[in-house]
Amino acid sequence: MPMHSFAAATPEIFLAAAICVVLLFEAFFGARHRGATATLTLLVLVIGAALTVAFADVSHSVTLFNGMYVADPLAFVLKLAGFLVVAVTLLYSRTYLENRDILKGEYYVLALTALLGIFVLISAGSLLTVYLGVELLALSVYAMVAFDRESGVAAESAMKYFVLGAIASGMLLYGMSIIYGLTGTLSLAGIAAALTASHSLGVILGLAFLVVAVAFKFGAVPFHMWLPDVYEGAPTSVTLFVGTAPKIAYFALALRLLAYGLPGAAVDWTRMLMPLAVLTLVVGNVVAIVQSNLKRMLAYSTISHVGFIVLGFVAGTRSGYTAALYYMLIYVLMALGAFGVIVLASRKGFEADKLEDYKGLYRRDPLLALVMAMLMFSMAGVPPFVGFWAKLRIIQALWETSHLWLVIIAVVMSVVGAFYYLRMVKLMYFDEPPETLPATVRSFGVRFTLGINAAAVLVLGILPAPLLDLCTRVIR
Amino acid sequence: MITLADMLTLSGVLFALAVAGIFLNRKNVILLLMCVELLLLSANFNFIAFSRMLGNLTGQVFVFFVLTVAAAESAIGLAILVVLFRERRSINVEDLNTLKG
Repeated sequence: MPMHSFAAATPEIFLAAAICVVLLFEAFFGARHRGATATLTLLVLVIGAALTVAFADVSHSVTLFNGMYVADPLAFVLKLAGFLVVAVTLLYSRTYLENRDILKGEYYVLALTALLGIFVLISAGSLLTVYLGVELLALSVYAMVAFDRESGVAAESAMKYFVLGAIASGMLLYGMSIIYGLTGTLSLAGIAAALTASHSLGVILGLAFLVVAVAFKFGAVPFHMWLPDVYEGAPTSVTLFVGTAPKIAYFALALRLLAYGLPGAAVDWTRMLMPLAVLTLVVGNVVAIVQSNLKRMLAYSTISHVGFIVLGFVAGTRSGYTAALYYMLIYVLMALGAFGVIVLASRKGFEADKLEDYKGLYRRDPLLALVMAMLMFSMAGVPPFVGFWAKLRIIQALWETSHLWLVIIAVVMSVVGAFYYLRMVKLMYFDEPPETLPATVRSFGVRFTLGINAAAVLVLGILPAPLLDLCTRVIR
Repeated sequence: MITLADMLTLSGVLFALAVAGIFLNRKNVILLLMCVELLLLSANFNFIAFSRMLGNLTGQVFVFFVLTVAAAESAIGLAILVVLFRERRSINVEDLNTLKG
């Protein structure tokens, strides 16, 4: 195999090498130059994105390593999104880590290994690469959640995440072993060719395990128990990471494994996902109403958004997957901003994670309040913000496949969800601020990025066509 | 003569034991880690059984990868356990109850 044929795997090769460099840099210079690792990591992400664009061949899909690795237009778009999301996450979290004396190189190295896991999963062409990607991502994230060793709750939430995540990997592996036994191949393309229309009990058994594993990773009800605990217990900068970049990977997991790997059994897995999606929408939106902790409320709001993404898969058509991809990208953009606001509003000893901490935020910091209000409107699905288009696309896809009941549930649950998003806006704009609250973070660069993040939600909402076209083009 | 059905039954029993162990155990976090290992091993057993039946080596190669990942996984699990013990002075599952709702 000539050397240049590895060019399609440039993002992963570069990232793996860069992780070693960042790790060595941290070991030798980390203690003397605080924060230099952070700058180096951002540089790595920028160069990585540039190399990805330079070496990408977006006209067709390339397979490498005997079909284990696929580089297609979808992988290209998801990888660029991954670079962007992780870079913004690290930008937001720097002041947070500095204030609490946990600005350590490990955080950045773990973020990069998690990103490598995300990339492996995005480009997975065989069950083996799917499994390795899932584990590389999950193991890095477990360590990140437990990263703040002084915090009492972080270790507990990491333990819960670890045990439930391990059950999910066990399920994934067990399901994979059954599918392997039935088809005799690990390659996803091979499996898709072998399982065309046989609805044997074995296939359904294997599928059930795979669907449970995907639901666990996504945080779909009833496999969502870990999600609120992790979001609340982890340091907010880690919550910001856990809530955004891995969603890209789990979307790729569902798409590669179920939609591309098992299209022959689509009737079975859409039927399994349907009750999960309905439960996820109902539980996520209803339980979010009673939360008094903002991180926990956003965790349940994540669950409800996951319900919408799963609905896209329930439609089981190309338009459904496109809608799910669009929704996932938009959700990641909104979650970045929302958790970014929490990170900027908090100070050492004041986590700003209670709803009452946001009373009268408008008087204390108009920019943060405006950003948060825009994101809340977008998450609720109010036009002209982009969250509206994301919801509309999912509902359209369900309408085309005549899932009338699911459309009604999705619309009703969006209305229920609007309640707690708008309550947040009311708290920020119309309530009196408490007497003494520490000032918000005033660093210009971070606030500028947050402003762009919020502006993107509005601009994409007014001009939704380019991103929608892109999503339609990359899904086959 | 050991048939494929015997092997699959054994792996199914191991899997069920591991899941039951995780959900029924209310005492010790180390037991949870052991159950997690058992869970992965039961899947490995399946892979090897199928690989032998199909006369195809890819399943056995997969098992090598799983074993490596399982080692990394227990390292991370034990590290989290150490952090947890320092904080709480206890590894009782019932003490993991600060986060609720």
